[in-house]
Amino acid sequence: MKSSGITELYEEALKGNSRALSRLITFVEFPGESDPEIYSYIMRDLMRRSGRAHVIGVTGSPGVGKSTLISRLISFYRKNDEKVAVITVDPSSPFSKGSFMGNRIRMQQHSQDPGVFIRSTATRGVYGGLGVSVPLLIEAFDGLGFERIIIESVGVGQIDVDISKVSHTLINVFIPGAGDDIQALKAGIMEIGDVFVVNKADKPEAEVTYKQLYEILNLEDIESRSGWKPIVYKVSAVLGRGLEDLVSGIEMHRKYLIDSGRFKEIINQRRVYSLKTISKYILDKYFDEFFDRNSKEVIDFVIRGEKDPYTGSISIIRKFLESSR
Amino acid sequence: MWEDSVQADVGKEIAREGLRRRYKVVVAKLGLDGHDRGAKVVARALRDAGFEVVYTGIRQTPEMVVNTALQEDADVIGISLLSGAHMTLVPAVLKLLKEKNAEDIKVVVGGTIPPDDAEKLKQLGVAEVFPPDTPLKYIIQRIKELAEERRGYEK
Repeated sequence: MKSSGITELYEEALKGNSRALSRLITFVEFPGESDPEIYSYIMRDLMRRSGRAHVIGVTGSPGVGKSTLISRLISFYRKNDEKVAVITVDPSSPFSKGSFMGNRIRMQQHSQDPGVFIRSTATRGVYGGLGVSVPLLIEAFDGLGFERIIIESVGVGQIDVDISKVSHTLINVFIPGAGDDIQALKAGIMEIGDVFVVNKADKPEAEVTYKQLYEILNLEDIESRSGWKPIVYKVSAVLGRGLEDLVSGIEMHRKYLIDSGRFKEIINQRRVYSLKTISKYILDKYFDEFFDRNSKEVIDFVIRGEKDPYTGSISIIRKFLESSR
Repeated sequence: MWEDSVQADVGKEIAREGLRRRYKVVVAKLGLDGHDRGAKVVARALRDAGFEVVYTGIRQTPEMVVNTALQEDADVIGISLLSGAHMTLVPAVLKLLKEKNAEDIKVVVGGTIPPDDAEKLKQLGVAEVFPPDTPLKYIIQRIKELAEERRGYEK
């Protein structure tokens, strides 16, 4: 993006011009496209304004109904005239780097509401389920006055839990009939979530799934990262059942965060997370280049079986660290 | 040589590579038309060619499609239409883009469009019409060219 126009664009976006807002969001989403100084200037101003929005993360396996649930939440918040931003994340192909982004489909009923802004993003080569851009986009939407920011992570595997590091309130969505109580004992995905949802609760197995989740979450000393005891709700997003309870549960959690001082702490944590993720991402690029250029000797040893991969990696990393002094 | 590059400012090429935009296309089914196989095939082909593709789903109004393209900051809108309503709905999309001062976003149309209508649509501002049996390779190449052209405006 041309640097001369960006400050005007920023002014327009702050005034609420929707086209300018969208262009500004793109500017924030792709730091590699612009002059680092101008990027830094705009972001600093946005971050000065941010810190008020309630960030709601929605996670769960592919197909559990995250997008449909989000669409329902948007409707609730719009009734109170709150401005809502949604950031969806879909997987990028590790081969073509392209992405098919289909999360919007379930939210299209809101596409003409000027109080709702939906932006589709992709993981773009980063593990963890969020990509590099999401925390940057949160700062931007927050700074631009959006009151609720809803993040839809990629349909997670068992360990894509980074969404828990940027959300104030994390909703973990399950469906009936997918795995028994053994799945619920595993580490990773079950360890995150402030609010648990059994979606598609019109199905007959829903009661069993609900009870299993309830029991696991109520075992003594299982507490969410903030000292909050997670709650479980039965919901049918498609039929619109159980949503009032869910929304009030989310609200209870938000109040808890504010009263306990956690609200601000989570914002700090998300900023540190963002700093570290981007650093690691860039370092990874440097390391790839270094590896391709400087590891031929070690690679040959390892291929011939004269050196094991662990020992080889130590010598490569030693060289890498020396070269960067 | 390596030392030089690591000493260099982190704002430089390697570091920025992954933080750059890919071409973004909104693929939409416009109007009362549920025949989405073609749109999905094209969306999938674009994904495999490295595009970021936002699929809107079926039965979209011109307003929904244009607002989606604006919010996504798309380079190209790909409209699939097999219902015969193209001479009503596609001009409505073009008109909305004009109203929103977003004519830089390119519009392409695919589906059962008779040649005469295709000509008329192009005169109205559609960048390309892909009739049935257009090779996927050609569609991808044209959309890429149009996206490049659109990015050119931005600079």
